[in-house]
Formats: sequence, structure tokens, C-alpha cells
Amino acid sequence: MTLTTTAVLVPLLPFLGAVAGLLLGRRMPGFVRPLAVLPTLAAAALTVTVAVGQGGGPATDVATRLTPTGSIPIDLALHIDGFAALIAVLVGVVASCVQIYSTGYLRDDPRYPSYAALVSLFTAAMLLVVYTGDLMVLLVGWEVMGICSYFLVGHYWETETARAASLKAFLVTKLGDVPFLFGIFALAADTGTFRITGILGSVANGGLDHPTLIALLLLAGVAGKSAQFPLHTWLPDAMAGPTPVSALIHAATMVAAGIYVVARLLPVFAASAAALIVMAVMAAITMVGSGLAALAQDDIKRVLAYSTVGQLGYMLGALAVGDRGAAVFHLISHGAFKALLFLGAGVIIHAAGTNSLAAMSRMSGLARRIPDAYWTVTVALLALAAIPPFAGFFSKEAVLGAAEHAAGGAAHGIPGAAGWTVLISGLLTALLTAAYAARLWLLAFKGKGIEAPDLPQALNSVRAGETPIPQPVVMNAVLWVLFLPTVALGLAAPLLPGWFDGRSLAPTLTTSVLGTGIALVGGLVTYATWRHTTALAARTPIGAVVVDPDASPAVAEETAMATHAPVYGDVAGAADPADPGRLLLGPLHRHAAVGFHVDAVYSALFVRPVRAAATLVRFLDREVVDTYVRGAGAAPRWLGAAVRRAQTGNVQTYLGALLAGSLVLAIAAVLVATGTGA
Amino acid sequence: MHLAYPAVLAVLLFCTGLYGVLARRNAILVLMSVELMLNAVNLNLVAFDVWLRDTLHAGQALTLFTIAIAAAEIGIGLAIVLLVYRNRGSSDIDRLRDLAEKTGEADAADGTPQPDTKAEATA
Repeated sequence: MTLTTTAVLVPLLPFLGAVAGLLLGRRMPGFVRPLAVLPTLAAAALTVTVAVGQGGGPATDVATRLTPTGSIPIDLALHIDGFAALIAVLVGVVASCVQIYSTGYLRDDPRYPSYAALVSLFTAAMLLVVYTGDLMVLLVGWEVMGICSYFLVGHYWETETARAASLKAFLVTKLGDVPFLFGIFALAADTGTFRITGILGSVANGGLDHPTLIALLLLAGVAGKSAQFPLHTWLPDAMAGPTPVSALIHAATMVAAGIYVVARLLPVFAASAAALIVMAVMAAITMVGSGLAALAQDDIKRVLAYSTVGQLGYMLGALAVGDRGAAVFHLISHGAFKALLFLGAGVIIHAAGTNSLAAMSRMSGLARRIPDAYWTVTVALLALAAIPPFAGFFSKEAVLGAAEHAAGGAAHGIPGAAGWTVLISGLLTALLTAAYAARLWLLAFKGKGIEAPDLPQALNSVRAGETPIPQPVVMNAVLWVLFLPTVALGLAAPLLPGWFDGRSLAPTLTTSVLGTGIALVGGLVTYATWRHTTALAARTPIGAVVVDPDASPAVAEETAMATHAPVYGDVAGAADPADPGRLLLGPLHRHAAVGFHVDAVYSALFVRPVRAAATLVRFLDREVVDTYVRGAGAAPRWLGAAVRRAQTGNVQTYLGALLAGSLVLAIAAVLVATGTGA
Repeated sequence: MHLAYPAVLAVLLFCTGLYGVLARRNAILVLMSVELMLNAVNLNLVAFDVWLRDTLHAGQALTLFTIAIAAAEIGIGLAIVLLVYRNRGSSDIDRLRDLAEKTGEADAADGTPQPDTKAEATA
């Protein structure tokens, strides 16, 4: 098989798997699991083949004209370079892991066939986005991912949270997609082609007519998809979906699509200094804000979601300083360790029977019960906090190094202000990242105090000392698969520049020392605070609903989500005085727990005016328009009622009336005929 | 004979018939009044036929035609009246109001119950 054939098969296989899964799902349940797992696994193997075949060589470009449109043609084009090949490998591997994990996680779910098919469809769309060389085709994959995300977030549609979250995710990302579409059109109008190679060629030769406008329009779409401020609000709520979905879509791949598009079109953005500054500021606000918010969340998955938002901010920051190699490196390593964190969180939620960190911090022995998740998640959290030997350290240092490079004015065409913004916010975020990673680890695994059975409101308690909860083997096996890149991806740092733009990704001394030092400070401060507050935890029992350990993982998660708000009064936070995040953030905690009121602002700015307008329209429709309609019906009815009174049933009356009428007509006719009446 | 005599006679006959149709209650009398009106027309036809000296005598031919039609009509009419009487025990036109439009208030105001058609039909 040639490289092209292999690359075409990569998105095609999961797509066919999805179609077959949807068609056969109900009739042949035995085929559902193979149909979900095997095409994805095959696609993952093929992405590796493509990556090996492509190597760091010049980009492979193949195209066939899809349709002549009359003006700018649309091509089915493949554009495979080092970036595309490596990201495709990430997508393939994570998607395979998630499909395998899901067979255990959703083992009793009646909607598993459609779920698996949608995950396959999503994988196909993401691989299409990665491999395509035509912006229109990319947009198709982009939107298919959006709709898959909508369906998968709403998988537990029996719960109110999931329904609301899926709608919110769809609407907010669409809010970004509309400017994105306009941006693509404007870009094509300026350059005369939808092909990425053609666009980059004309940017390099003659430049664009409206670089800032195009870059900002595209950036809106990227902000929506990659959950950057101000369109980030959908991602924490999207955690209402099943955990494997969060791992695949809302951590490793789909949210990375926005970053990937910017990386692909970086020269377009670099043509406008204003766009780079906007990108840098956006990334800075996102990073710091999400770091603070993550420190105040109680739901373990929401902590990870805000963490994802922040790490995507790092990637966007790297792009804002013009280093797409660093951005994609961080994308890949983040994809690996964040997928691991989410899948591990799924195991933790199942074992603990709750998704609340406050409740977990009052359970002892959780780490003993799930040793696989304990070790892998610990390492993944170290990678997230950028502690040296692990993958996250190398990729984050590459980002910070690029920012420092730009801040020093050494980067050509990049404003120094962007470099400084990214560097300072990046260092600040490193501190926050280490703090919330430490908090998550301490609360989840180092819980002390009252044993689980003594929880005041426990429905079905986890009894300590019993035989360990049987976790599905596949769930733990997958964790170890993702553990490998989390640990070892840093070794690839010297090799990657050959695949990317050739710029070195090795950590520089200044940023390494600074970044690691700051991360250690963050972790240690959190630890000290936790030591201080943990004494409080013993004194303040907190209510929790704990799900029966025999329940399937998905049921445990769904119940945990549905009961969080009733028990703690809020989806995001918990009134736990023993939380170290509360002490660290001080008065900020209240605001950080609700994501700095961004949702409230949107509600006041958009939701309420729209509702008021809807009420007005309803009034106009019901009271004004309908009045005419009702009048048109009522008038003939009244007329009919009046005429009906003449229908007495007495034939002689009819005849009398007939005679009188005939007489009147005859007289009138005579008068008209003789001309006297007119 | 002057045309005025048969014409005036026809008018009188027609008015009598009209009065009978509009004012009588007995269905048979109404049918008889209809016959009077028809015959007034026949009289006119014959009189004008003579007065116009029509060589084809279309008026007389039409009169014969009318008489034949009237015979058939009165046969059917009387049969209907007979059946109505058998069904309802009455041939009073004022009480044959099944075709009246039923409105809630009008019914209550009418107050005259219709004879039970089913019971009569089986009798």
C-alpha cells in the first residue's frame, strides 16, 4: 500500500465501523464490540504506518477535485507532514484506548451501540481534520466532531445536567463556528483557494489583503472549539458526559483541533501582529483563570476540565509566540497524560462511588483499593505539573522556552509583548497547575478521618477491609498503555524538531529551573495547607451519596453527577472547610468555584435578553397575530348563526320569502328596464 | 271573447293557489293549491295560444304536457303525504320541521316535540 492509500484508509475505517455499528447495533449485539474496537485499532496501526512512512520528510500532498464550484474549487486533498502524522497517531492511540476502556466502562449500558458508533464517527472526523489539505473538507470534519460531541455529552440524557450541558456545548461552539466559516471564506477570497498549501504559498508570496480580520475570525472558531476565553464555558459543563468521552473528546483530541488548525495556518496568523497579541492575551487570561478555577472545583472531572482549558491556553500561547513545534509537542504529550488522567478519574469515581473530592478526602484506603489507577494517575499528575522526568515537563518547557525566546525579541516578526504575556502567565499558571494537581492527588488518595461506612447520608457504603472492588480489567490495562507516553514522551524531544519546523524543543536552563522551581513551590504550599486543613476535615463531617460498588462504572458516575447538586447545593463546588484550595484562594474561592461568574455574565448579557425577546414574540404571536386569525374564524361563525335562525323548517316561510324576493327582483328589473329607477 | 276574461280568471286562480300554498296547513290542501296555480298557467297558455293564432299551437301542446306532468306530480305528492301521515299521524305542514337548523336556544323556544319517527314507522 502506498502512503496515500494508507492515509485514505485511516479516516475511512472508523467511519465504516460507525455506519456498520449504527446499522447492526440493535439486531446483532454480538458484533457491536468488535465493530467499535477493531476499526479504531486498525486505524491506529495505520496512523503509525503513515507516520513511519512520512517521517520528517517533505509534506505529502495529494488531491483530487471533488467538485467544480464555479469560483473556488473544493478538493479532496491530503496534506501529511510531521505535525499531521504525529497528531494522527495520538488520535488513533487515544481513540483505541477509549474504545477498549468503554467496553468495560459502559458494559451494562443499553445505549452502548450508538455510543460506540458515535465515538467511531468522531474518531473518523478528527482524523479527517488532521489529514485533510482542504479547508472546506476540514470544516466538514470539524462540524461532525461538534455534533458527535453534542450527542456524547448528552449520553446520560436522563439527568438534567447532561441535557443542559450538551445544549450549551453545542451552542457555544457554534457561536465560534460561524465566524470561523466567514474566516475561511475571507481567506479563500483573498488567496483564491481552499487548499492549505495554496493559502500558505500566497501568504508567503504576496501576503493577504485583510490579515487581521481573517485571523480574528478564525480565532473565534478556535476559541469555541478549543475552549479558550471567552468561549471556554462549555468545557467544564461538558464533563456531564461519560468519562471516556471526556478523555477522548474534551481532553485529548477535539479541543486540540482548534490548536491544530492554528498550527496549520500559523503564517496567516503571524501576518498580523494584532492577532498574535490578541491570541497571547486570550491564552494568558484562559491559563490563569482556569488555574484558579480548577483549584476551587469539587468534582474531580471538573478540576481536570479546567486543567484542560489551561493546558490548551499554553498551546495557544506557544502559537502566539510563533512556535508551532512547541504547541504541537505540548498537544501530543498533554493528549496522552490528560486522557490517562480522565480514564483514571473514571476508575476513581467508580471505586469511590462519588465524584466529589470533599467526599473522597474523608475516605481512607482508596489508593489501596485501586493500585493501578493510583500509580498511573500519580505519574500523570506529576506530568501535568511539569515535574522533570515526565512528558509534561519537556513540552511545557518547550512552550516557556519559545515564550522567553520571543520576549527577548529574538523571534522574527513576533511582538515582544506577546512573548512577555505568555511567559509571565505561563509561569504563574505553572504554579497554579502544580497547586491544583497536588490538591487533587491529596484529596483523592490521601483521604483520612472517618471511614466510608460512617458517612452520615451514605446510601450504600463502601466497606473498608472488604475484598477490593472488581474493576474491569480492560479499564486498568488501558491506563498502563497511556502510562508509557506519559513517562517517556520527553525522550522524543530531541527527535521531534526533525518532524516539525526544525526549531529545537530541548528545555533551556533558565525556564527549566524557573518552571520546575515554581511548580515545586506550588505543590509544597498546597501540601502544607493540606496538612493544616486536614485536621479540620476530621471535625467537619460532610454528607455524600456513595453508590453501590457492584454497580457498573457508568451507573456510578451518572448517579454521582445527579446527586452532586442536591447534596452540595452546587454542581461545581462544595462547602468543605477542610479543602486546601479554600485556604489558598482566600476570598477568591467563592468566585473561582463558579468560574468567575462568566456564566452569570453570559446569562445576563445573552440568555435573559433572548428570553425577554422570546416572551415578546410570544405575546405578539398569541395576542396580536392570533387575534386576526381568531377574528377571521369568528366573524363567519357569527354570520352563520344569524342566518341559521331563518332555517325554521317551515316550508311555507321559505316559499313566502322566495315570493317576496322574486317580487322585489321583478320590480327592480322592470324599473331598470324602463329606466326610471336608475 | 276578449283576452281580459281568461287572464283575470287566471290571475284570480293563481292568487288563490298562492294563498293556499302559503297559508294552508294541511298538506293535501297545499297540493290542491299547487294544482290551482298550475291550472291558472294552463288557462293562460290556452288563452294566449288562441289570441296569438299560433299555427303550431305551441300553447295547447304545452298545456297537455303540463297536465301530464301535473298528474304525475300529484301522484307522487299524495304518496309522500300519505307516507308522512302514516309515519307521523299528521300531515300538518307546520309540524314537519325536521329540516330546521337546531340551535340550542331556538329548540328550547320552539318547545313543540316532534313525534317519534321510529315508533310510528314500526306501527
